[in-house]
Amino acid sequence: MSPNFIVSSSPHFHSGNNIKRIMYLVVIALLPALGGAIIFFGMKVLWLSLIGIFTAVIVELLSIKIGFGKTWKESLSRSFDGSAIITGLLIVYNIPPNAPFWIPIIGSAFAIIVVKQLFGGLGNNFLNPALAARAFLMASWPSLMTDFSPLAGNMRGAISGITNPNGLIDAVSSATPLNVLKSATRYLSDPSMHNKAVETINKLYSPEVFKSLFIGNIGGVIGETSALLLLLGAIMLLITGIIKLRIPMSYILTVFLLILLKEIFSGGELIIGLKAGLFHILAGGLILGAFFMATDYATCPITPVGQIIFGIGAGILTFLIRMWGGFPEGVSYSILLMNIFTPLINRFTKPRILGEKK
Amino acid sequence: MKSFKGGIHPEENKITTGSLIKEMPAPELIVIPFSQHTGAPAKPLVKKGDRVLVGMKIGEAEGYISSPIHSSVSGKVKDIRVMPHPVSAIPVLSCVIVNDGENEPDPSIKKRTSYDTLSVEELKNIIKEAGIVGLGGAAFPTNVKLSPPPEAHIDTLIINGAECEPYLTADDRLMQEMPERILEGANIIAKILGVKEPIFAIEENKPEAISKMKAAGANVVTLKTKYPQGAEKQLIKAILDREVPRGGLPFMVGVVVQNIGTVKAVADAVIYGEPLYKRVLTVTGDGVKNRGNLLVAVGTLFKDVIDFMGGYTDNTIKLIMGGPMMGISQKTDTVPVIKGTSGILLLKGEQANIPHSEPCINCGECVEVCPMHLVPTLLAKLSENGKVKMANRWGIMDCIECGSCSYVCPAGIKLVQAIRLGKYLLRKERSKK
Ligand code: SF4
Ligand code: SF4
Repeated sequence: MSPNFIVSSSPHFHSGNNIKRIMYLVVIALLPALGGAIIFFGMKVLWLSLIGIFTAVIVELLSIKIGFGKTWKESLSRSFDGSAIITGLLIVYNIPPNAPFWIPIIGSAFAIIVVKQLFGGLGNNFLNPALAARAFLMASWPSLMTDFSPLAGNMRGAISGITNPNGLIDAVSSATPLNVLKSATRYLSDPSMHNKAVETINKLYSPEVFKSLFIGNIGGVIGETSALLLLLGAIMLLITGIIKLRIPMSYILTVFLLILLKEIFSGGELIIGLKAGLFHILAGGLILGAFFMATDYATCPITPVGQIIFGIGAGILTFLIRMWGGFPEGVSYSILLMNIFTPLINRFTKPRILGEKK
Repeated sequence: MKSFKGGIHPEENKITTGSLIKEMPAPELIVIPFSQHTGAPAKPLVKKGDRVLVGMKIGEAEGYISSPIHSSVSGKVKDIRVMPHPVSAIPVLSCVIVNDGENEPDPSIKKRTSYDTLSVEELKNIIKEAGIVGLGGAAFPTNVKLSPPPEAHIDTLIINGAECEPYLTADDRLMQEMPERILEGANIIAKILGVKEPIFAIEENKPEAISKMKAAGANVVTLKTKYPQGAEKQLIKAILDREVPRGGLPFMVGVVVQNIGTVKAVADAVIYGEPLYKRVLTVTGDGVKNRGNLLVAVGTLFKDVIDFMGGYTDNTIKLIMGGPMMGISQKTDTVPVIKGTSGILLLKGEQANIPHSEPCINCGECVEVCPMHLVPTLLAKLSENGKVKMANRWGIMDCIECGSCSYVCPAGIKLVQAIRLGKYLLRKERSKK
């Protein structure tokens, strides 16, 4: 007797890769940086993260269940596909350790409802949910979102001895490396302050500061503190093929080269230019943004060339904001702006089909 | 090592690479479809009650792109009627023969003492009369492929031994067991085309085949093991770095590609005077008791082949003609082996599971692997929304349906299926005009 065969169209095999595997690997890749942040900033970071993740998952569950009318089973499965966890975690990575506990709640709810689900859910949002939420929080509570004063007894930043040349106290509450660099640079043109400013910049470009920037002992938002721990996760994602180098590479290289060129064109030495370039890579959110947020599938281009253009564009914007913008940091706005251009970039970077005229 | 951009690495599962080709005796009932090739079906030359002999022509080619059909057994024509077919969705006119078991050959089958003196036209005619079609899958009449337009300047003949589909080992075994005959067939084709030396393209996962072919004196190019390395356009790109123009054919870049099985059939026809009425295929997968490579008479029903290999295992749920990537799944095992049957794959249980589709997460994996450099996710979306003009602009007709995109998609989206629908809609729209 012959069995009853299943008829389906080819291919008949599948790689076994699935959305959950991808998303949970990203979560795992984010964990070293979380561990580092807990060590540098204290247990509060852990509670903030759990609150952010919990809110994101619950809100995701309810919006899929109520908004899309799915069954509980499917809603549960989708809200635990890992993507909401990533969003919740990334929001916490984008707030200062001083933030109050309700900040990640509002951030996660905003990200999931307004940025993700209102646009059709996973894969359909055109802005990175975590970054859009950060922008929203920044606009609504600017001082809470930029309060980088050291947490009592927890952070002994290598830059804590380096203050603004004019010695204003605002250096304490906003002591991120990029902040200090930006205000010092501003004083360069002031003849009375020039020497002090140069001294500050030299101190910033010292090996000890670079070491701290790399390992993580500096002020900033929760996720961006340790380049080393972020890169650890990033390497894991590269090896497992979950992200490709195109966006992070082109993004980081663009920032580096532009800073280098600017130094050289304004008469600086090559070595200072190189140091400045490296400083801009390690200080601030570039590594976090380039590897973990600019690579967000839904909001970056799908074509290989488009991805490189996206990275270069984000690099140029970050450079412009950091140099001449109102904020010391520009990674999140740069990525958000490039998110908006993603459909356009896709349209104009159709890959050359095999056999198509060159 | 030579390769192309894109592609995937599915598990190879070449379990049968070491098993000798075994001849399966033809069963009592044989069903030979009159259409086993691209082009017009052959016209029946026999009627109910006629006696047929092994290798006797029973169907005549109808028109230029068509191919004659031969009997694979001696016996009596039981009926001429439509029967299930492994490729066509609708039953196809077939010759049903009761095998008398005597294996009486047709008197026309004679070994040639010499064939060096045959002209190109004579050789092509032998190939045409032998009913030889591409045995790699598309089953395009070989003599037509060997007759490129006069303005084409053919400088390269590639013998495709890539056999990149997982599981299948028929070509691999042919190269291991009869390298001389295959080389001879390739040289005959080279002579027809006026090409100096054929290039054998073999993936590195077939070391035995590579060394046997080399020992026989063949010019072998080793290719990286990657699917779909054996697709014509990818093969030409990998070996010669030439690109077949969109919508074009290999002869436009001076190349002809022939598959190993086809080359062997050419040798059989020219040297031994034997038409194409049997072929080597791989019977494999967890759904069949014994696995191996068989020489099978065309017209043998799948179920007889499977019985010969010990029958089904428990829980066999999928029957596929060909490999897992591009093979065609069968509703029933009462379809016959045809010239294009490179393998019979039986899957059981979880092996045959295809994940259920979730929304596209835009991960770009499908773009990354597409060997034609298309954007499969977009083609699928456009197809499903009926936007075929736009899909056409994004190259939907260039898709070779290799299945790489569906294979990797983490959302389990049936991209190829959607693209096929889009192609169908586009063709329909075009034919309206
Ligand atoms: S789009 Fe077509 S050619 Fe490209 S991977 Fe999918 S099936 Fe293969
Ligand atoms: S592989 Fe699947 S999920 Fe990823 S972009 Fe292509 S269709 Fe979308």
